Amino acid sequence: MNREMIEKYFRKEQLPHIWCPGCGNGIALAAIVDAIDSSDLDKEKICIVSGIGCSSRASGYLNFDSIHTTHGRAIAFATGVKMANPEMNVIVITGDGDCTAIGGNHLIHACRRNIDLNVIVFNNNIYGMTGGQYSPTTPKSAKTATSRHGTVERQFDICDLSRSAGATYVARSTVYHYRHLTDMIKGAFKNKGFSIVEALTPCPVQYGRRNKLGNPPDIMKELKESVSLTDSSKIKIGVFKNESEPEYTSEYHKLVEAEVGKYE
Amino acid sequence: MSKRLLMQGNTACVEGALRAGMRFFAGYPITPSTEIAELLSIKLPKVNGKFIQMEDEISSMAAIIGASLCGLKSMTATSGPGFSLKQENIGYAAMTEVPCVIVNVMRGGPSTGLPTCVSQSDVMQSRWGTHGDHPIIVIAPVTVKDIYYMTIKAFNYAEAFRVPVVLLLDEVIAHMRECVELDEEIQIVNRKRPATKESYLPYRNEDDGVPHMADFGMGYKYHVTGLVHNEKGYPTSNPDITEKLITRLHKKIEDKASEIVLFDALNITNGGDLLISYGSSARVCKEIIFNEKVRGIGLFIPYTLWPFPEEQLIKLIKDNNIRRIFVAELNTGQLLLEIRRIVGNTCRVIGINKYNGELFTPEDITKKIEEAIE
Repeated sequence: MNREMIEKYFRKEQLPHIWCPGCGNGIALAAIVDAIDSSDLDKEKICIVSGIGCSSRASGYLNFDSIHTTHGRAIAFATGVKMANPEMNVIVITGDGDCTAIGGNHLIHACRRNIDLNVIVFNNNIYGMTGGQYSPTTPKSAKTATSRHGTVERQFDICDLSRSAGATYVARSTVYHYRHLTDMIKGAFKNKGFSIVEALTPCPVQYGRRNKLGNPPDIMKELKESVSLTDSSKIKIGVFKNESEPEYTSEYHKLVEAEVGKYE
Repeated sequence: MSKRLLMQGNTACVEGALRAGMRFFAGYPITPSTEIAELLSIKLPKVNGKFIQMEDEISSMAAIIGASLCGLKSMTATSGPGFSLKQENIGYAAMTEVPCVIVNVMRGGPSTGLPTCVSQSDVMQSRWGTHGDHPIIVIAPVTVKDIYYMTIKAFNYAEAFRVPVVLLLDEVIAHMRECVELDEEIQIVNRKRPATKESYLPYRNEDDGVPHMADFGMGYKYHVTGLVHNEKGYPTSNPDITEKLITRLHKKIEDKASEIVLFDALNITNGGDLLISYGSSARVCKEIIFNEKVRGIGLFIPYTLWPFPEEQLIKLIKDNNIRRIFVAELNTGQLLLEIRRIVGNTCRVIGINKYNGELFTPEDITKKIEEAIE
């Protein structure tokens, strides 16, 4: 990321970040910042909301109104922010465990409401901060700190889940495909409704090491090879849904407009 | 100017909240608090406010914190099981100093317990439900009129001290109907907002220990975290900063305890006994006092259970040579522990407890007092 972006959008005194060498979170964060910079969002009215975990530390680095909330609850806090002040551009930064395990209920209900939140999930398939336990997106048979012999659980597809639950913009990319990822996030900002972008990102320390995936560049190459825009035998990236539907706070505002002033 | 209305306790809570300026409510259906959510779903849009029924109790608590950060006075309402679920985020509000009001209409527990029956068994949970050392204010009204005025008080305290305030109702007073006189002359307190963006520090220790709070969306661009944080709001594990923060969080309430505490002392007689009670139980105790069912006994009603009117109780005991105290409550003895802590060995403290889902009768209490006297 160029220096100009750091000067413009980062709380420099909070840097360097806490992420491990080889972690992809910094790239995902840079993509968010690029997308913000090239969007027409009112920069004075951006609110970053995050939960708990490696990815969620991102909220502290960006110079906007920001809330580092409790584990799994970022979308619920963000719902309060957006409803209280619909002018806010609310960006939720969360991880796979935060968003789909402990926070899974809030995710599906925010999708259902189609409330105008932009959720960026840094999916590294593992609980990194607590030492590498399996998450709902850990692939079956992968070794983690709590599945030494390989996970026996099946994994969530975050995009399928969100689309089924009613999200109106659903996309996936990887931190290898930086420009593509940035475009996916820009698309999220354009959608007036619930948008979710799954950013696949490597965790060489907690996930790569246990599964003998090699050094960070090897893992990046593997990430690149594992996805495709077209090949259905690979993990698909791209926009899976982009539809315009009534947005929650706008619908609620209609109710307020019809009722306001009638209190006795 | 004032108007008299017959209303239910939960309705009084709604009217008080709206009068205090509450404009955001998030909740989840739970007996016996549902009337509060139902009424607010109708009334909030009429005052340009927002109501949302969230997917669970946890998210309701989260949403009101988010809304309060945007400058709206915010509230949620629940009962025992839901109150348990909210606890982590109540701690978050205490740590991040986000003003909010949590109404807990107590019902019988533990667990699902007695959903439609009265109880006062969340007293200790209201103080110590969330993990870690934290400040909190807990208010327990006795009448429907109290509920109206003390809901306003709850918001005033939340705003003045940037602290979560628990309004502890119970099933009986929440569902009972009484006449309430709505006074026009009411003092409303709003949080102190910073005067300028220049050198704004979101967690600066002001003279009264309460930092000024900017609304999100006004360009202040500050950080809020449940981690231990410095004056800028950024995470730290520095031992000095940690100790200062935790100390300030407590002192901002402790130093003002004498202004915060609310209580009544009725019919106190020198050398007599003292009955202590709160919520719906205090109503039954009033009946005993006013109809002189037991002679020579006074009644002390703490409306703020935390901070407890501790100095005031100690002074009352000393000034009136009280040697024996009865604590009447609908649980196995929760406030009893606090009273014993406060009075030490200066008085004998006897619990009068009922926990079968029914309200005290005056006879339940007089019988216990008479037994002790004999």
